[in-house]
Amino acid sequence: MAIRERLSGNEAVAVAMRQINPDVVAAFPITPSTEIPQYFSQFVSNGQVQTEFVAVESEHSAMSACVGAQAAGGRTMTATSANGLALMWEVLYIAAAMKLPITMSCVNRALSGPLNIHNDHSDSMGARDSGWIQLYSETNQEAYDNLIQAVRIGEHQDVMLPVMVCQDGFITSHAVENIELLEDDKVKAFVGEYKPEHYLLNSKEQIAMGPLDLPAHCFEHKREQAQGMMNSKKVILDVAKEFEKLTGRKYSYFEEYKLDDAEVAVVIINSTAGTAKTVVDSLREQGIKAGLLKIRVFRPFPEEEVANALKKAKALAVMDKAEGFSAVGGPLGAEVKSALYGRAEGIKVVNYIYGLGGRDVRADDIEKVYNDLLSIQKTGQVGETYRYVGVRE
Amino acid sequence: MAYNLKQVMNKPDRLTGGHRMCAGCGAPPVVRTILRALEPEHHAVCGAATGCLEVSTFLYPYTAWKDSFIHSAFENAGATISGVEAAYNAMKRKGRLDDTYKFIAFGGDGGTYDIGLQSLSGAMERGHDMVYVCYDNEAYMNTGIQRSSGTPKYADTTTSPQGTVIPGKQQFKKDLTAVMIAHNLPYVAQSTLTSNFKDLYEKAEKAIYTKGPAFMNVLAPCPRGWRYDTPMLMELCKLAMDTCIWPLYEVENGVWKLNYKPKKKLPVIEYLKPQGRFKHLFSDENKNLINDIQESIDKRWEELLRKCGESS
Repeated sequence: MAIRERLSGNEAVAVAMRQINPDVVAAFPITPSTEIPQYFSQFVSNGQVQTEFVAVESEHSAMSACVGAQAAGGRTMTATSANGLALMWEVLYIAAAMKLPITMSCVNRALSGPLNIHNDHSDSMGARDSGWIQLYSETNQEAYDNLIQAVRIGEHQDVMLPVMVCQDGFITSHAVENIELLEDDKVKAFVGEYKPEHYLLNSKEQIAMGPLDLPAHCFEHKREQAQGMMNSKKVILDVAKEFEKLTGRKYSYFEEYKLDDAEVAVVIINSTAGTAKTVVDSLREQGIKAGLLKIRVFRPFPEEEVANALKKAKALAVMDKAEGFSAVGGPLGAEVKSALYGRAEGIKVVNYIYGLGGRDVRADDIEKVYNDLLSIQKTGQVGETYRYVGVRE
Repeated sequence: MAYNLKQVMNKPDRLTGGHRMCAGCGAPPVVRTILRALEPEHHAVCGAATGCLEVSTFLYPYTAWKDSFIHSAFENAGATISGVEAAYNAMKRKGRLDDTYKFIAFGGDGGTYDIGLQSLSGAMERGHDMVYVCYDNEAYMNTGIQRSSGTPKYADTTTSPQGTVIPGKQQFKKDLTAVMIAHNLPYVAQSTLTSNFKDLYEKAEKAIYTKGPAFMNVLAPCPRGWRYDTPMLMELCKLAMDTCIWPLYEVENGVWKLNYKPKKKLPVIEYLKPQGRFKHLFSDENKNLINDIQESIDKRWEELLRKCGESS
């Protein structure tokens, strides 16, 4: 029997971590992810986990200790946000290149500057090319479910990559909502034991990790790393299927909401999808064929599947809660447009930047976006493709 | 047991030859001596900061390290090895591991005095059962001899070049050993290569087999950066000791102990003279600078004698 609870997103993640009972958690406090190591260190102090909790002096050291611990043969986790993730940057790439399936809870927050503790996606979007698998979560339930699945995805022998599970700072991380938890033994059985093929603390085999890797070999190693990311596509679906059997909750690369016959659609990530769904519902009541695609897996990017899901739409808005400073739009906009190229041409696509630095995104804002799409559909005129919504100009 | 050089040298070498470190470099004999202090039946996981030692001993697909080894970046050898030690504790607790492992991180002065200082301080403060060894060659040698906070005053480096107006580095060397002593660690030592390797070996043994964090600062001359003839390696280490530029001492649970007191304390000029990096100090207009170095060394030597309860 599943356990019905009421938890914040951070609590949900901490509970998942307790149930996974990793070997090492190395973390440093940063709003809004701080609660995760707080809750977890309490589990350690109460003897509810056998984890070694390493209260490091910085996020750079958090990720470095995770690299050491996972390389040693331990299952390792961390949590961070914004500048903390930025301070880890160098080591994120190293973790991925060393094929270390570390699991991170990234509680999305605006990356400085200016200093701002509220939610947008500039932190994890900046890390999108670091070689980490990225899963995004609309709710506390998804943050919990994704974290449990992340362990299995990253550790799969065809993948062996670190996984970042993202949720919106404060909006999801601090809001208490209903949630359905798995029993501890079910989580334990689902994640299984971490059994890497090679690891530092294997007394039968001494290994060396992290060499100087010059042009004669480095290229092949990067190619292998890319293969892990490609292979993860299948593994993500396989793990989701297994998870569905256990919980009844269905996961894929993305969620389609009333998208089948949608003429105007929005592509969005994380909690704002919830707001957008209510807008879709009210538009549907007015007879408008509105739909939504909510990205769960951003790395690897499910290009073909996204294009297939969107190809029947007439006008499309890709919503980015992160600036790309490319002067043409945000990172999700670039990915979606690239996915549509050659697969579903003729769709009118606009890219909106919204909610930066935690600017509240209300149903009105999303409604405005759908109204823009309806006007594009009607006139056939796209106009400016790089737009802002909810900003004072 | 009394130190026996022959017996120690007969212990298995845990860093093989054939690596790419320069002839006359102090780092490989430092590493070999320290690793010999491990009980042969004990495993170790060694780590290194990015630097000469790392890039020359582990160039894919070859490694000179017989024990498991990890390198991740320049500034994080302390944190990386602390993570390995944390995993070891958890895996032992969960019954997934029986063997005894020891954990040793190596970093140059750049990776330790400068960019890796925070990571080192954190790892030591957290009390991991590990040893951090700084092989101090007094500049960023791997990138081409740039000054670090471990570079001595007036040394000519590529970013503190001696010129017509400025005679080399303008700041004194940071006293990193003192910084680490201030962490109140169970064991901190300063050492270098001596003719029988006894000082370094015995300190490594203490550092490795003292429970908790230990730090060793080991002067390891660099022929390229210091500009000496490669056979002079051991002689330079001896001059560093005899001029009291690099005193050998240790602090064990707060107790200071001087390990070497020269019978006749030599003037610093003896140490400076064979090194190209100090050549400019011997021009007529710069001679007063040597006095400046001498005064500073004398002052610090007196302070150390006092702390170790020795008479001057």
